[in-house]
Amino acid sequence: MGDLFWIFISAMVVNNFTLFYFLGLCPFMGVSGRVYTALRMGAANIFVLTVASICAWFLNAFVLPYAPYLKLISFILVIASAVQITEMTIKKLSPALFRALGIYLPLITTNCAILFMAWTQANRGYNFFQGLAFAWGAGAGLTLALVLMASIRENLLFSKVPEIAKGNAIVFIIAGILSLAFMGFAGLLST
Amino acid sequence: MPRKATSGQVFTRGMWRENPVLIQMLGLCPALAVTNTVVNGLAMGLATFFVLFCSSLLVSTFRKLIPQEVRISTYILIIATFVTIADMTLEAMVPEIHKALGAFIALIVVNCMILGRQEAFASKNTVGRSLLDAVGTGIGFIIALLLMGAIREVLGYGTFVGIPIYGANYEPWIIFILPPGGFFTIGFILLALNWWERRKLERARPGEVPGRIAVERAA
Repeated sequence: MGDLFWIFISAMVVNNFTLFYFLGLCPFMGVSGRVYTALRMGAANIFVLTVASICAWFLNAFVLPYAPYLKLISFILVIASAVQITEMTIKKLSPALFRALGIYLPLITTNCAILFMAWTQANRGYNFFQGLAFAWGAGAGLTLALVLMASIRENLLFSKVPEIAKGNAIVFIIAGILSLAFMGFAGLLST
Repeated sequence: MPRKATSGQVFTRGMWRENPVLIQMLGLCPALAVTNTVVNGLAMGLATFFVLFCSSLLVSTFRKLIPQEVRISTYILIIATFVTIADMTLEAMVPEIHKALGAFIALIVVNCMILGRQEAFASKNTVGRSLLDAVGTGIGFIIALLLMGAIREVLGYGTFVGIPIYGANYEPWIIFILPPGGFFTIGFILLALNWWERRKLERARPGEVPGRIAVERAA
């Protein structure tokens, strides 16, 4: 159990996907304007990460030993289909939730965090439960970074930003400061 | 409908005016993650260039045969094939660089810049124009990565392509080779670009820009 806990914490704060590995920067820049959208995006990501983790574990355990060169192609296909199936299921079961998620659901396919999670999980040889802990940690980390950023940006609306820093420049510099803060977690794992 | 761009414009616009990383904000993950040295940035840029060029070639050749409904999946499959080739080639020829770049080679598949060029350009244009576009955009991507890599390596290690440039007494500014440095570097590059853009505007039409600021403040 302790092992799973540390995989979770490591993926969530110490090696935060957005602020340490620079993954999923497009949604990070795009939907971090409001806390409400950021939370929704985070939830959708956690769901797809879970599905992708289960599929990647299955592929890695039963298919890839016979055809290692298919790793990348099979992962990306599985992620794309998983997103598609998720989309259709949610549309059928809960139209309200489907409308709430909107365009963010299909866009998750090209979110590099998902592929990175599947790839790293396979390279590290995680078993089923370790993979799930890794996926949930990654998803929680993405959500945490998105919500932190969105809260700061909501307050940024009321402050005086220098003319030349408006738009993406100030967001990147804030992300740099957040990333600096998250480096403080680095000592957690060495003990 | 906008006028069709000439071949020269197709070739040069991706390099600076519509630079994929610095202007369009595409392909940010690799641009920030692997640019802690010039050499890593260059290797990443070349690998991406190769994948973009080959994918554009294939997609524009088969653009009339690919059904509309499954085009995105087809592009992804084509891109994934070339990324696998690039991954294996790098692993065989330069294992140290392959190790340094790690999973980010595989992540070229989900680089939105490549998929974007296929969807926006290669699927609608002739092979020649698509290749020009791919070469221009690819060079723009390499320029951006080299710029980031140079700034971060010079400040973070005190070296340029591995050669020390400050002498023995330089204390490396470590933060620039760590993740926060990536965010700061691109933030400051964007600041500089914005400042330059505004100065150009002010010189072209004096008096107009301050007026616009007043309107923005009031609104």
